[in-house]
Amino acid sequence: MKTMLMSANYAAARAVVSARVEVVAAYPITPATTVPEQIALLDEEGIYKGEFIRVESEHSAMFACIGASSAGARAFTATSSNGLLLMDEALHWAAAARLPIVLANINRSVSPSWNIHVTHDDSMSKRDTGWIQFYVASVDEFYHTIIQAFRLAEDERVLMPVMVSADGFVLSHTVSPFDYLEPEEVDEFLPPYKPPHWVMDPDNPISHGNIVFPEYYQEFRYQMHEGSKNSLKVYPEIEAEYKKLFGKYFGGMIAQHRCDDAEVVFTAQGTVGAEAIDAVDELREQGYKVGVARIRMYRPFPVEEIRKLASHVKAFASFDRGVSYGFGGHAANDIRAALYHSPHRPFVKSYIGGLGGRDVTVEDIKEIILATVRAVETGELGPEETWHDLLE
Amino acid sequence: MPKSPYSVPVVGSTGKTGSWRTFDPVIDYDSCSRCRTCWLYCPEASIDLEEDGTPHIDYDYCKGCGICAQVCPKKCIEMVRTTERTGAK
Amino acid sequence: MVAIREMPMKEYVLKGNAACAGCMDTLSLRHALKALEGDVIQVVPACCTSVIQSLWPKSGLGVPVLNTAFMAAAATASGVRAALKVKGRDDTQVMVWAGDGGTFDIGIQALSGAFERRTDFLYVCYNNQVYSNTGTQRSGATPLYAQTTTTWYGKTEPEKMLDLVVAAHEPAYQATANAAYPRDLYDKFRRAREIHGPKFIHIFIPCPQAWNYPVEKGVEVGKLAVETGYWILWERIGDEFRLSPQSKRYQDPSKRKPIEEFLKLQGRFSRLFKPKKDEKKIAELQAYVQHRWDILLRTFT
Repeated sequence: MKTMLMSANYAAARAVVSARVEVVAAYPITPATTVPEQIALLDEEGIYKGEFIRVESEHSAMFACIGASSAGARAFTATSSNGLLLMDEALHWAAAARLPIVLANINRSVSPSWNIHVTHDDSMSKRDTGWIQFYVASVDEFYHTIIQAFRLAEDERVLMPVMVSADGFVLSHTVSPFDYLEPEEVDEFLPPYKPPHWVMDPDNPISHGNIVFPEYYQEFRYQMHEGSKNSLKVYPEIEAEYKKLFGKYFGGMIAQHRCDDAEVVFTAQGTVGAEAIDAVDELREQGYKVGVARIRMYRPFPVEEIRKLASHVKAFASFDRGVSYGFGGHAANDIRAALYHSPHRPFVKSYIGGLGGRDVTVEDIKEIILATVRAVETGELGPEETWHDLLE
Repeated sequence: MPKSPYSVPVVGSTGKTGSWRTFDPVIDYDSCSRCRTCWLYCPEASIDLEEDGTPHIDYDYCKGCGICAQVCPKKCIEMVRTTERTGAK
Repeated sequence: MVAIREMPMKEYVLKGNAACAGCMDTLSLRHALKALEGDVIQVVPACCTSVIQSLWPKSGLGVPVLNTAFMAAAATASGVRAALKVKGRDDTQVMVWAGDGGTFDIGIQALSGAFERRTDFLYVCYNNQVYSNTGTQRSGATPLYAQTTTTWYGKTEPEKMLDLVVAAHEPAYQATANAAYPRDLYDKFRRAREIHGPKFIHIFIPCPQAWNYPVEKGVEVGKLAVETGYWILWERIGDEFRLSPQSKRYQDPSKRKPIEEFLKLQGRFSRLFKPKKDEKKIAELQAYVQHRWDILLRTFT
């Protein structure tokens, strides 16, 4: 292991080398672009040993990954926003074919209007594709989570593709030290990919994906659901092993800070969840019993972890950097759904903000947490949903 | 159940497709020149050839399209109503 | 040209599959796979060939088949090729087998991209000039005046000249074929097999369902397409263009049969003949035959 100083996107390109990815197919889109740019350079300089297909669209990027994975290769791509949306059909395809592809998504706002800064609508709108989803908050976490993602995706109990999302610019272009692992170091953790069930091979011909009638279709879908849910128990195993081998741990499915005795817990995905640590520490100094829970694994949704957390808090302040139009904050609604059959149902106040890359500062987060503290003090939930920092 | 839908090659993947026929190709072996043209054009690969080129219709799978009768240079394949050939009613 | 007795006996299109009786797609695929001797990974986007494989867990094709999305065939093939390269299997053919909709229309971007990247693969378009799998809607390959379920009174535009679009990518090998000439088709696949780089074979596939002709007439209709000059058989190895012998003789317009002979066998052109014969439209189609020849020869010779 050695320390490198790079942007998150460059670190992601290094993760591709460390994980001995065999095929990358990618198409440029801001702010993901510097991932394939850097892979191209590593490819041309012989540091990346696999194939890099410079495709003509994101749709083709994911289908090239599907072709490569179907022929037994470890495959990777990176994209953002409209690129991820163009892949939609392919995302569903990869998951249903049970292909362990890993995708780095650099969260970016969806158009119109053109905006290259962070909103989570792109990946949140892909929650139902079958892809396992992570949201990360640092360069180091991005790099190591991509390596872990391959191991998780390729685990026979899971066998589902994994998307690792990082906030556009706020994280993607932030330069920070991270601990790089040589491929030889990673080998012990991540053995070569061997498709466990089927592969395109003229010596053993099979046809993948021909017609399945209603008699059996549902059973394949049930298995996808099971595979996704299995990662709730497989990921902690993988994390424990990774910690043992490399001393790296990023907090499990939900990274918690000062939640043990907290009455109000601020939840978020991505960098806001890291920013909130400072807000929580400052409020703690003022005597408020508050904490932050950063949801790292978003699909499958860590329902039991949320319920456990809910059992000792009085309110959640759920912060979403995106919105399900007509229903509200993605995480707020998922948290509420997770708690419906739980005996502990604290307030869940939903905050939506930071869209289009609008800055979310420590002060913003403190304001949200304090509003939630007041709701606890008065016993009045107040508004279920608040658009933070909304202009008149 | 496998985890994803992959299929294994087999003859008769759609069953005995010979049941689709209303007309059966019947070869007049006295006139047949063993030229293999019927084999060449059979879309179903349901004409088997002996070493010398003698063709045999696989009635289990022949769908009865009649292309073999059309392309036969000797015109020695006749399309006969299935019920007449088999005697079935 | 290959003698019938020299063609491999092994079948890769397995009998008892789900293709319609008289399917000219399976006939072409049968000989294509013989020519490749099964050393192929076949990528199939949404098209009739997705269906004729039959239902899970059985397949009517004896080669590895990767079914993929409608617009993604060439991209999927690019990924397969890259994986094979990593695995050191450069000699295995990666073959797209796509219909005209998946090639002329929804798949053309991926096709163009894969060719521009000089991907070593064989893209086959089996063209029956219509979206037959969804019930005969017009495609970019549907000819002028053909009736479809989205052009009930006949299409008002001629087909896209796809071969010229493909040629603009300067493929390593390019050919046209016709299901009614399986030996010529076989030879062209044999030649493609020996050449590395982006390769394209465009096969004319009469379709009894979509064209509404008697099921036994597929070969006759296919041959009439060549004999009227409507479909031209040629190939191009790099820059070297040659008319295939079957079409060479019809370069002379006086040798060609009138287009009417091709049209009248097919229900899709019935409005040209009923309730009364439309001489003007038939003359237009006749003139368009020469137009195709002119464009082809002007471009390649």
